[in-house]
Amino acid sequence: MYSSRYHVRHETTYEYLHPVSESHHLLRLTPRDLPWQQCLDHRLLIDPQPDLQRTFVDSFGNHITAIQFLTDHNRLEVSSECWVDLAPRPTVEPGPAGQSWEQVRDQLRYQAGHPMAGDTLQAAAFRFSSPLIPTGQQYRTYAAGSFTPDRRLTEACQDLMLRIYQEFTFDNEATDVSTPVASVLKQKRGVCQDFAHLMIACLRSLGLAARYVSGYLLTNPPAGEARLVGADATHAWVSVFVPGAGWLEFDPTNGVTPDHAHIILGWGRDFSDTTPMRGVLLGGGEHKLDIAVTVVPEAEFELIYDQGDTLLTKPEGLAANPAVQTPSAVNR
Amino acid sequence: MNFVTVPSDFKLPSILENYRPVSGRFDELLNDQNRIGKHWQPFFRQLGQTTTDTLDQKAQSVAAAIAADGVTYNVYDDPRGIARPWEVDLLPLVLQATEWDQLAAAVAQRATLLDKVLADLYGPQSLLTEGLLPPALVFGQPGFKWPCQGVTPPGGRYLHFYAVDLARSPDGHWWVIADRTQAPSGAGYALQNRMVISRAFPSAFHSLPARNLADFFRDLQGHLSEHAPSGPDTPLCVLLTPGRYNETYFEHVFLARHLGFPLVEGQDLTVRNDTVYLKTLQGLRQIHVIFRRLDDGFCDPLELRADSVLGVPGLLGAVRAGKVLVANALGSGLMESAAMFGFLPGIAERLLGEPLTMPSVATWWCGEPPALEWVVEHLDELVIKPSYPGTGTEPVFGHQLKGRNREALIEQIRAQPHAYVAQEWVRLSQAPVWRRDSQQPLAARSIGLRLFAAATADGYTVMPGALTRVASRDGAEVISMQRGGLSKDTWVEARRPARRVPLTKPRLSIDDLLTSERDTPSRVGENLFWMGRHSERSEMTSRILRAAFTRLATNDEESEEALTGLRAAGRRLGILPPLAPKAKPEVGASGLLEALINRDQPGSLAYCLQALALNASQLRDRLSTDNWHLLSRLELPLQSRPSTPDKAIGALNQVILDCISLGGFAMDDITRDADWCFLIAGRRLERLINLCSLLQVPLQAKEQQRDTMLEWLLEVTNSSITYRTRYRRAPELLPVLHLLITDRSNTHAVAFQIVQLQRDLPEIANATRQLLPPDIELAAQSLQQLDLRPFAEPGADQACEQLATTLGEIIRVCYNVAEQIQRQSFSHTAGQRTRWNPA
Repeated sequence: MYSSRYHVRHETTYEYLHPVSESHHLLRLTPRDLPWQQCLDHRLLIDPQPDLQRTFVDSFGNHITAIQFLTDHNRLEVSSECWVDLAPRPTVEPGPAGQSWEQVRDQLRYQAGHPMAGDTLQAAAFRFSSPLIPTGQQYRTYAAGSFTPDRRLTEACQDLMLRIYQEFTFDNEATDVSTPVASVLKQKRGVCQDFAHLMIACLRSLGLAARYVSGYLLTNPPAGEARLVGADATHAWVSVFVPGAGWLEFDPTNGVTPDHAHIILGWGRDFSDTTPMRGVLLGGGEHKLDIAVTVVPEAEFELIYDQGDTLLTKPEGLAANPAVQTPSAVNR
Repeated sequence: MNFVTVPSDFKLPSILENYRPVSGRFDELLNDQNRIGKHWQPFFRQLGQTTTDTLDQKAQSVAAAIAADGVTYNVYDDPRGIARPWEVDLLPLVLQATEWDQLAAAVAQRATLLDKVLADLYGPQSLLTEGLLPPALVFGQPGFKWPCQGVTPPGGRYLHFYAVDLARSPDGHWWVIADRTQAPSGAGYALQNRMVISRAFPSAFHSLPARNLADFFRDLQGHLSEHAPSGPDTPLCVLLTPGRYNETYFEHVFLARHLGFPLVEGQDLTVRNDTVYLKTLQGLRQIHVIFRRLDDGFCDPLELRADSVLGVPGLLGAVRAGKVLVANALGSGLMESAAMFGFLPGIAERLLGEPLTMPSVATWWCGEPPALEWVVEHLDELVIKPSYPGTGTEPVFGHQLKGRNREALIEQIRAQPHAYVAQEWVRLSQAPVWRRDSQQPLAARSIGLRLFAAATADGYTVMPGALTRVASRDGAEVISMQRGGLSKDTWVEARRPARRVPLTKPRLSIDDLLTSERDTPSRVGENLFWMGRHSERSEMTSRILRAAFTRLATNDEESEEALTGLRAAGRRLGILPPLAPKAKPEVGASGLLEALINRDQPGSLAYCLQALALNASQLRDRLSTDNWHLLSRLELPLQSRPSTPDKAIGALNQVILDCISLGGFAMDDITRDADWCFLIAGRRLERLINLCSLLQVPLQAKEQQRDTMLEWLLEVTNSSITYRTRYRRAPELLPVLHLLITDRSNTHAVAFQIVQLQRDLPEIANATRQLLPPDIELAAQSLQQLDLRPFAEPGADQACEQLATTLGEIIRVCYNVAEQIQRQSFSHTAGQRTRWNPA
């Protein structure tokens, strides 16, 4: 068992054409604490200084910072930094992993008068269409290639993830935040958000429970090149409910099962529940948005940043190994 | 032979002679033996042998009363325009006392139940854990608002005001066909119907006797004030409306007045530090209760629908912090799904420990496989509806679908079974409706009831009346106000003579007299201010364009020179777009027509008039009818899109005349309270800015050009006549500057505007208890120091340059004043850190 420690810097800059006189924003930039993930320290630097600021936890259990401005500003800069320890995700016991996808689907189904177990009920919240993720025949049809009769759920999910990874092209010109999932399926192009939405649409259309996970991914520069500050991006993937085992993650953009390189900020039904920054402005006109994310392993921290460059300094001690519990205990 | 029978002691009223009930349906008036129900007898006794003509006159006075009160129901895409008169039938529907008591008890029980279900589903969700409700009906419903999960509203109450639609089947039983739980409409219309119809039949009303509605609204008002999280302060309640385009906007205005709550839109409110405030001209006022007519999703663009421009950003945060009561609680729309119906009996047993008194109409949620199969088999007997309301889908009657359409519907249901419910097709009961037909003045039509309940300390109280909704034609099955339905006043028989409580509030006493409105929303002041600015700007724009088109039509050398100057002035004032660097000077009409008719080009006359119309539309209820008529026809002259100088001049003449009339209304037709000051200040500031900018053009021009500009300068400032009568010679610089800058008697002079502002601005500050906008004294001083003597000499270049600078300073002062008014009285935000320089 080993853990990894990462430093994440996430910078967001808005430049407005006209001054904004009043604005509200919700920031979802604080990583959750999980059995395999511990956020050691998190700090926000907001410029200009908000007139009001407070934090709360939303109904999915994500940490939110709410800020408000009542003074004219032409620009808003939010720098978020954190240190996170990651241990390997818990492995799935052979028992639960052996269930066929139909068995799982039937277990999740409502039966009049039958009580529902806590974790099944929590999973039920992620079985239906949501603002950005429809369900329907076309997604069932696409999923059918992987979800053959009696196939093990985990195996079918793995296969669906790999098919999306292989058959779809990563293309950040092809879509934007408002592109519907149906067009993604049609044009077979998109970015991580689109692939996660599509995979979830497939799973929910089959009657399974799937959540949208938002976070960061450690990327490695091409061989021989140095790591660049701001070269990363926010990332999104999928987790699927497996009764008895909890939520298993799949990353259709990279065709991998997330492990020690995927840092979780939070989750929800789809992107609209997890938007890192959401705001309502009075004034402002058009705006220019710039986002830069840098994920650095602890060992490379000094190579990338000079002293005083960062909001947070390197924490003392070694990466702790957070106690591994069954993930179902921390679903919400 | 007469069809209708009456007791032996009274003669059959002639209007009933030809009334025919519809077979197979319950008739509200007649029992099985076609006898008039006992509870209807007092009404017809009083009516006696009233002739059809007399009743027709009553019907006309009812329609006239509706028109006079301005009662409207907005129908989207109605050829009669958006505001269609509300339609109420002359005859009330009478309900029997015993039957009413049972209905009222059942409705109160249902309200109690739905409130508890909401508290459970947004809280512990034990109904889901215990399997009493399928998760699909909560998590699969757009009505379930995730951000509201775990948020306990003040007092733990979700449902403060509830409405339910009932239908009566042929066996005489009432069934629930729909629950209205987020922002129910109709109670205001019911109240309005009562006022009009009880006046049409005063003796019949009192002889029943019918129960009064006033107590119900007092209870609602009292309940909301009592539960306001206002601590020791007097609670301030507002009624939040989506605005005047909403179908029931009239009702919002009416209810707000009746309940004594200010009527506000989302943009009138602001949330700061989790506290909700109303932006008023007098400053921010804390709001404790929001009685809303805005649907859940639209209430908070920050946490709910991001595309809502009708809501209040941060409202949910204020609810979470317990600082404001929103009625009904955000997320209450969840219970409007008919898919819940089948599960309510079991839930009633669990949550209330008693059976559900009034059944819902038999409803199958297709999300359960056995129900789905049953529905497909029995389609003819069913009405198919979406499980989740608000999707805009109309109910479909199974028996009306044949062949391919039927197959298509079944296919749709099978593809998304959880999205559909099927309800038993209730053959609606019938009631007599008045119509203009001397042979058969009463016809039977389908009706349904909408009942209302309000929360009180001792449970729910039900309004002793209802909005009876009537199908739009004989034989129609669907009752929909959007489809042109009619309504009826509903009289509930009282057990003892009613107290004669006046429905309207007690008469005003001398202490209640007001000289101005309190809590005027800032939006009103802002629109008045901008109406002033835009009308002034429209007038100046028109004058400059008219002068230019006149020169264009003349087409000689002198006109050519003037036109060049006018183009420069047009660019200075933003009427014409700036000249691109190195671009050739324009010739002929190019650019001028665009500046006249292009609505999308900022600064054009069409653009200005459009903005003016928008401001005016927000002030509809504050302007006199005549003023409104004038405003609504301002854009007309441009609609023919004039294409030649002559046509353009004709159109501009009309616009200028209208603008002058607007000025007249501003001076003589609007009550001179704080609101008026904003309108006038807007006009003065705009005129001052335009004058100064205009005067800068010749002052900054070369000497030879300067003299050619004076003539049109006098023309566009409407000062030619004054100049000519005074001097009787061609314009010269000194007298022109005197007339347009320092002459305080000229209403088009810089000095005149400043003197007026020196008087008006302190009035604004006084009326709004805000700080005096700064600097206007600076402008006055710089004007006083102005020495005109150098301008008597030829080539006064240096003096011209200095004067242009002074005018520039006055312009800057104007922008600062406007900006402070904007912040202090309208947006209530702090000044910017670095000042924005408009020049």
